[in-house]
Amino acid sequence: MTLVTAKDLKKTYEVGDIPVDAIRGANFTIQSASFVSFVGPSGSGKSTLLNMIGCLDPPSGGTLTVIGQDVSKLSKKESAKFRGTHIGFIFQDFNLIPVLTVSENIEYPLQMVQSWPAEERKKRVDKMLTAVGMQDQGHKYPRQISGGQKQRVAIARALVTQAKLVLADEPTANLDRDTAMRIIILMKKMRDEFGTTFVFSTHDPKIVGNAETVFNVEDGIVFESKAEGERDA
Amino acid sequence: MLKIIKIAARNLRRYKRRTLLTSSLVTLGVVSVLLFVSVAGSFKNMMIGQITDSMLGHIQIHQKGYLASIDSLPLNRNLKEMQALKIEEVLAANPAIEAFSPRIKLGAMFSNYTETTNIRLNAVIPEQEIATMPLLIKRIAEGKKEGLLNKGEIVIPDLIAKGMKVKIGDGIVLVATNKDGSVNGQSFTVRSIIEGVTGPGGRDGYIHLDDARTLLRMEDKEISEIAIRLKDLHGLNKAFAGLKAELEPIRNKMDRPVFEVHTWEKLTPFFNIAKMIDLMTLFIKIMLVAIVLVSIMNVMVMAVYERINEIGTIAAMGTGPGKILLLFLTEGLLLGILGTALGVIISLVSIAALKAAKISFDFGQQQGLILNPTLNPSDIISIALIVIFIAVLGSLQPAWKAAKMDPITALRHV
Repeated sequence: MTLVTAKDLKKTYEVGDIPVDAIRGANFTIQSASFVSFVGPSGSGKSTLLNMIGCLDPPSGGTLTVIGQDVSKLSKKESAKFRGTHIGFIFQDFNLIPVLTVSENIEYPLQMVQSWPAEERKKRVDKMLTAVGMQDQGHKYPRQISGGQKQRVAIARALVTQAKLVLADEPTANLDRDTAMRIIILMKKMRDEFGTTFVFSTHDPKIVGNAETVFNVEDGIVFESKAEGERDA
Repeated sequence: MLKIIKIAARNLRRYKRRTLLTSSLVTLGVVSVLLFVSVAGSFKNMMIGQITDSMLGHIQIHQKGYLASIDSLPLNRNLKEMQALKIEEVLAANPAIEAFSPRIKLGAMFSNYTETTNIRLNAVIPEQEIATMPLLIKRIAEGKKEGLLNKGEIVIPDLIAKGMKVKIGDGIVLVATNKDGSVNGQSFTVRSIIEGVTGPGGRDGYIHLDDARTLLRMEDKEISEIAIRLKDLHGLNKAFAGLKAELEPIRNKMDRPVFEVHTWEKLTPFFNIAKMIDLMTLFIKIMLVAIVLVSIMNVMVMAVYERINEIGTIAAMGTGPGKILLLFLTEGLLLGILGTALGVIISLVSIAALKAAKISFDFGQQQGLILNPTLNPSDIISIALIVIFIAVLGSLQPAWKAAKMDPITALRHV
């Protein structure tokens, strides 16, 4: 099942009076429950692509369909609602809310975005804490846990709403090699357990090596390259 | 909403020093205003009480045109007997009125048989005057207080007693000219000496109403005015409007109004001082608003600036602009509530301390008055509501900015 479809997708920014084409007519599809990576050098446009797929930035041209919705036509309010319902985010700097505990951070989207009942929220948060191996850390604040644990919490928060699509911008960039590997394995496990699609923008060869679909992005042009598994075959 | 309050409260706790500093500023403002309101209000109430309870009453009724020429105490503008009876009938039926006192106001020559001076007099029915002016008796410095006076007796102001070297029990003569121009004299015994107070009628002497009629050779039972005491001064405007509506439509044969009704505010220049106190209170409140507005706005601008990345994160997760707005408004609200609560507590303690200290002050010729600062719950509530409203208002612009922030720009912020 196709989750994301981009046709002749364009994004142009105005830098002063000069238009800069960040994405130049990209065409790609992302399948449901896949592990997808956008790879490219800095400034190639991979983060722009992720922002458009995540309904944070509207396309300048072409069409972009995410989970059956043409997101290029959504208003800001509709985009926020769509993100809150269908998309989870994982950030390079973890971006946990420092005044909330681990449990409260995971609970945040359920309460502040989706208004789940308290009992349901608790069950769901406990399930996610267990799924990411943080069941004993729920009471701690982000400052009291390590970087790897923070990213686990961020993954739990992204998945807690049963989002179909999780977008991760350089999720391992601030982690050491071993921790990064454990996070990748965890995300794959989550994908298998919950059927969630993970889309990354990354430089990290470990993620690229684990991705099932890899899109290379260079100067705003996207082309699919064979994933490592396929190349081996 | 509870989650929003929890996040807002924790964010305030996160920046403890800044929260403490800002709420201290709000507290300082609230304390300043409440102390000023209580002390100034105490002074104002004391001043009004002195004026209304020992001289003027709350409302006075005269014949139309009397007040315009009150300085000359015109006897030809007295209320006739029938007019006075009509007024007394209206007053007796009015449930808002506690007491009233008919008076003749006159000027006379005061002689101790060796020297002569001028004196202004209020001729009264003692029982009615005491009921209408409860503080009058307290002003008597020497002599018998009970019953104020009897026929043939005079209560003289202390300045005349000193100037004319008159003592309690001395005989004096009053010489007065009546409205027809004939002069008459009458002997009186000095019953007591009364302290002067600042304000109209504050240095008048007192004689019995019947003595004044004899002295002025009045054939009719005329009076100059009726002073009225209300049961509740807060009902002044309503009682005044009621009396005005009842008495002012009454017209004479020439179709002109017969009576004029005035509140104490129209009868004394001290009302302007009371108004000035109110004006100063208003300016102090405006300063408080400015302090709260600037400090809360400043701290909330900082709060938004420091949390741009967080704002981007929660916006990316789908938190709507309304909730982001509410989050920062709640922070401002909590800061306002914290500062106000501390301010009210400190003010109440300070006021209790001021009361316990029994600070004395002088007002005009009255010395050793004790400062009695009090705070009405309505003052506390109104100031608390103003501060809290301004705290929210001060947070509005930064909160609006946060709510309208583009998530991508916010997430890129370092």
